[in-house]
Amino acid sequence: MERAAVQRRLNWQTAMVVDLREETHQTTSIVLDVPDWGTHRAGQHLDVRLTAEDGYQTERSYSIASAPEDEHLEMTVERIDDGEVSPYLTEELRPGDAIELRGPIGGYFVWEEKLGGPLFLLAGGSGVVPLRAMLRHYLAAESTVPVRLLYSARSLGDVIYHDELQRMIDDHGLDIRFTLTRQQPPGWRGYSRRIDQALLADVAFPADEHPLVYICGPTAFAESAADTLVALAYDPSEIMIERFGPSGGQARGSA
Amino acid sequence: MEALDGNAIAGALRVAFGEEMTTATGTCASCGTTSLLATLLVYMRAPGIVARCPACGDVALVLVEVRGYLAVDLRGLTAMKHPV
Repeated sequence: MERAAVQRRLNWQTAMVVDLREETHQTTSIVLDVPDWGTHRAGQHLDVRLTAEDGYQTERSYSIASAPEDEHLEMTVERIDDGEVSPYLTEELRPGDAIELRGPIGGYFVWEEKLGGPLFLLAGGSGVVPLRAMLRHYLAAESTVPVRLLYSARSLGDVIYHDELQRMIDDHGLDIRFTLTRQQPPGWRGYSRRIDQALLADVAFPADEHPLVYICGPTAFAESAADTLVALAYDPSEIMIERFGPSGGQARGSA
Repeated sequence: MEALDGNAIAGALRVAFGEEMTTATGTCASCGTTSLLATLLVYMRAPGIVARCPACGDVALVLVEVRGYLAVDLRGLTAMKHPV
């Protein structure tokens, strides 16, 4: 039972904030130092627990944004203005602060180099976070399987990791395409509508290549994209989905 | 209320069962469909967490944390299979 032996008890541990980086006006990446972290697999998440002065505790789950190969653990949090946790994480937290977390968690929405490809990643809004971890792992592990990311965002300013994704395109030749559903800059040459069957028929690998598909985004986005791929003869068992709530946050439940 | 999925309760399931459970399968007591726990439809804001069968919508499992105990109601599943 090698696998069981590797799994440790899931304990809360203290992480130190090393750095904070504003990704968009709504999202912030939090770089963490976790002394006893071990390693994770790209696509897994972690739970964060906050404790108020009166002892009230609340937990949220966030995707891990960094690759296993990265030096620091990183998560990217979308601020939900009336949320309970995300305004604290994105606005109050400072380098040197400690937060409680546990993980890594999950084994379903995971891609590792040994799983092969082709690899088709489909992101809606901040659903790009675990997919970015997969792309970083893809590059670090020097995978050579065909890979493609289709990222749907409202506007160019809402594209998280924009500069990094652009470098992945320019320096590593990765196939990353954007669709901007609400607002496009002048001269925009990407897609400019919600994902539909014609768009997916254009972008997705042919079904007979049996790509591994990872879809992450708000519930309606994820379900509509998965249904459309099934209509294009994709095998439902090769489509991995991770939904998050209508608020669009990475936090499941309320943010 | 829009559903999340079983990924959202991976941490609670791991605490309850001591292992990663989203890649385990459960068979619905109502319609007999076998699904990965990651694909259950999950409602976080019910009293407790309610996970439903993606095929028929019936309740598969309920998780409730109260006074320091995590309670799991599995009446909606006739079988669970876990990769070892």
